[in-house]
Amino acid sequence: MNIHIPTPLRAYTGGAETVSVPGTTVAEVFTALTTEYPELKQQLFNTEGKLRSFVNVYVNDEDLRYLPSKDATQVAATDELTIIPSIAGGSAVRASRNSLCCSCCPLL
Amino acid sequence: MLHIQYNDYEAMRAHGEETYPHECCGVLLGKSDAEGNHVVQIVRAGNTRTDSAHNRYNIAPQELVKIQRQARGLGLDIVGFYHSHPDHPAQWSPTDFAEAHWIGCSYVITAVEKGEAAITNSFLLTGTNEEDKKFADQPIEIGVAV
Repeated sequence: MNIHIPTPLRAYTGGAETVSVPGTTVAEVFTALTTEYPELKQQLFNTEGKLRSFVNVYVNDEDLRYLPSKDATQVAATDELTIIPSIAGGSAVRASRNSLCCSCCPLL
Repeated sequence: MLHIQYNDYEAMRAHGEETYPHECCGVLLGKSDAEGNHVVQIVRAGNTRTDSAHNRYNIAPQELVKIQRQARGLGLDIVGFYHSHPDHPAQWSPTDFAEAHWIGCSYVITAVEKGEAAITNSFLLTGTNEEDKKFADQPIEIGVAV
């Protein structure tokens, strides 16, 4: 099946935006992916072998976390798997109107 | 270097003014080369952090999947993200750093002071993994409108 690789991980797939690996379940696909591109393993999985918390995986348009069979979900060659790191952040602490910055700001 | 056209730069800042006092967020589509990240198009995104939108932002992964698909259709890549800091400096926060995972991408922050866009800064997430990632100041080159 085709796996869409986000920009920061393409350094580990030889620059490929989409790679194709065999497998009949998501777990098999990930095993094939990290066998062919071993450097991806550390990027995607923690030391316990679980997907890092900020790594989102979509099977077509379904979030893997919410699929009942999780990584045992069956996939076909025509399915698409998308790896997408999360995007979040924010100023976290509102600045006081009487100060330019806050104690957490790395400028200080 | 972050290369962006004037119209996109202004649209990004205007987005922050529109959502004030909440944070705005969006995605930068373009191409990367040895000279930096070149923005071809910006895409507005929704902030899912309705519980704390004044100082947090989050783009739903589902929306990001669609934006990545859109980029692919245009022959572009996701090269960065932008968000605003309402009444807060245009400097990355510990939260921004902890939640930054797109190494090689630009993180653009616009300070919006009392509803008006002020300073805009860009930070390049460098490194090779979560353990050695860093934010580096990234100059912005604004293309002249044609």
